[in-house]
Amino acid sequence: MTSPTSGRSAAAGRAALGFGVLVGIVGLWHLGVRGQWVLVFDIKMGFLPEPVEVARLLWDFAFGGVFDDAFSGTLWQHLWASTGRVLAGFGLAAALAIPLGVLMGRYRLVHAAFDPAVNLFRPIPATAWVPLVLLIIGFGSQATIFLITLSAFFPILLNTVGAVREVPPRLVEAAQMLGTSRANVLLKVIVPASTPGIVSGLRIGLGLAWVILVLGESNGIEWGLGSMITLAREQVRTDRVVVGMIVIGLAGFLSDRILVHGLKGIFRRRPLVRST
Amino acid sequence: MSAPDLSRLTRHTEGGRVLVDDLGKRYGGAGGVDAVAGVSLDIAPGEFVAVVGASGCGKSTLLRILAGFEAPTRGRVEVGGRPVTGPGPDRGVVFQDYGLFPWLTVAENVRFGLRQRGTPRRRAGQIADAFIEVVGLTRFADRFPGELSGGMQQRVAIARVLANDPAVLLMDEPFGALDALTRTQMQHELRRLYREAGTTVVFVTHSIEEAVYLADRVVVMTGGAAKGVPGHISDVVPVLLGEDRDVNAADFNALERQISERVHAG
Ligand SMILES: Nc1ncnc2c1ncn2[C@@H]1O[C@H](COP(=O)(O)OP(=O)(O)OP(=O)(O)O)[C@@H](O)[C@H]1O
Ligand SMILES: [Mg+2]
Repeated sequence: MTSPTSGRSAAAGRAALGFGVLVGIVGLWHLGVRGQWVLVFDIKMGFLPEPVEVARLLWDFAFGGVFDDAFSGTLWQHLWASTGRVLAGFGLAAALAIPLGVLMGRYRLVHAAFDPAVNLFRPIPATAWVPLVLLIIGFGSQATIFLITLSAFFPILLNTVGAVREVPPRLVEAAQMLGTSRANVLLKVIVPASTPGIVSGLRIGLGLAWVILVLGESNGIEWGLGSMITLAREQVRTDRVVVGMIVIGLAGFLSDRILVHGLKGIFRRRPLVRST
Repeated sequence: MSAPDLSRLTRHTEGGRVLVDDLGKRYGGAGGVDAVAGVSLDIAPGEFVAVVGASGCGKSTLLRILAGFEAPTRGRVEVGGRPVTGPGPDRGVVFQDYGLFPWLTVAENVRFGLRQRGTPRRRAGQIADAFIEVVGLTRFADRFPGELSGGMQQRVAIARVLANDPAVLLMDEPFGALDALTRTQMQHELRRLYREAGTTVVFVTHSIEEAVYLADRVVVMTGGAAKGVPGHISDVVPVLLGEDRDVNAADFNALERQISERVHAG
């Protein structure tokens, strides 16, 4: 359950270490901009805003009062719109992928029926779907949610199928010899036994949802972090692009924490989520 | 430990008769290996039968067929007068690796079968509590299996099947993964529980001492796919040592040696 060096002080030490690395990265960023470093891939650090400028712009984006332009204080409205799309797309993907994954993992016939289709569609990246989606759905929120659903669906599905297949046959035998019906073997044994794997799939799917968000929102959307970044790029506002990236990164990180801790709160002490 | 009266909690206290007639099992279709062949056995209601034999002689195969986890390729198996067609709650199984549900507490594990078979929540809880008390785990009722020692987990597994009131208890090396001290303790407890619950028991073990200590009859199996002969029953030895058995007594040791010779003769 716990790593060799456990305990409160050791945990604090590890947190400090992680924080130190972050501070180091920001420090190098600062020096690189000042010194106009040119790195591998021809990365011209001189083109980047300094960390302090980005921090000030981020503050203004969230709370206003610094520059007082159209950008000031709009973070929450962008974030709200994007979160709605992420949740809709992710929720739909989970609602479809988990039941299908459980059935595919448990029943050969269902697996035989859906596996070829899954393997055919899975390698098509979301970027390749964009032109078609724009033609048959059109710009906007629906297209974004569709792309998110599509992208989050496969990792959730594959993790669910894998988790169901790895349920120890012993647990099924135990349930059967206690007089459990076929339906309840699925609901009371297979599903809880595969929950840790399903949760792993959900976490990957939710992470991907934020990635695909930027792609979906880059066309014909007013409010949303992706559209904000797209607009900033068109205006050559590197500082705003970086601010948008940071906000999306934080949103993705926080949504993962909320998912994991929310589930842990529901499951309490039951060992149904892998310790992270 | 004051044991609650088990007979009040179970509906039928008499065990079921186990009838095995000319049983054969071949794994892997026509060209496969015969794990067991020609196995016949008649176990009286309430009898305790131990099955011993070298590794690969088909003990688990026999037990899994009785449990309904495997279908025989030939022969007939009846428990309590009814042919075995699949797993069922009339035959409780205790596995070497416990097979507890890790996401359920001890209490939830023990009442799982009762709930599945439609026993009302309150009644199921009462029965489960009584059996948890019988195996001495009342203080651990709200713990999860992962928080318990192997011996405690196996107690939970035993309470779980007994609470389900089976006619036959099928145990495949249930104490095989336990240390010697815990094992001896569990043997004592199983004997006590067996007397109170009154079920028929089929108990597979590698330990001849354990078999002689627990059983009314010891079934010796020999052969096995690896030996080129299908596994079969070579001897059935009655244990006429009475109720209070002393593993250090001369007659106990003599019987142990006699069975050991038959196991190794195969
Ligand atoms: N599922 C299976 N598929 C194919 N062969 C099997 C299967 N289960 C058992 N066998 C074979 O059947 C024979 C009997 O196996 P079984 O597990 O019943 O022996 P056992 O007496 O329980 O051995 P042990 O004492 O090691 O547990 C062995 O040769 C084994 O390899
Ligand atoms: Mg075995």
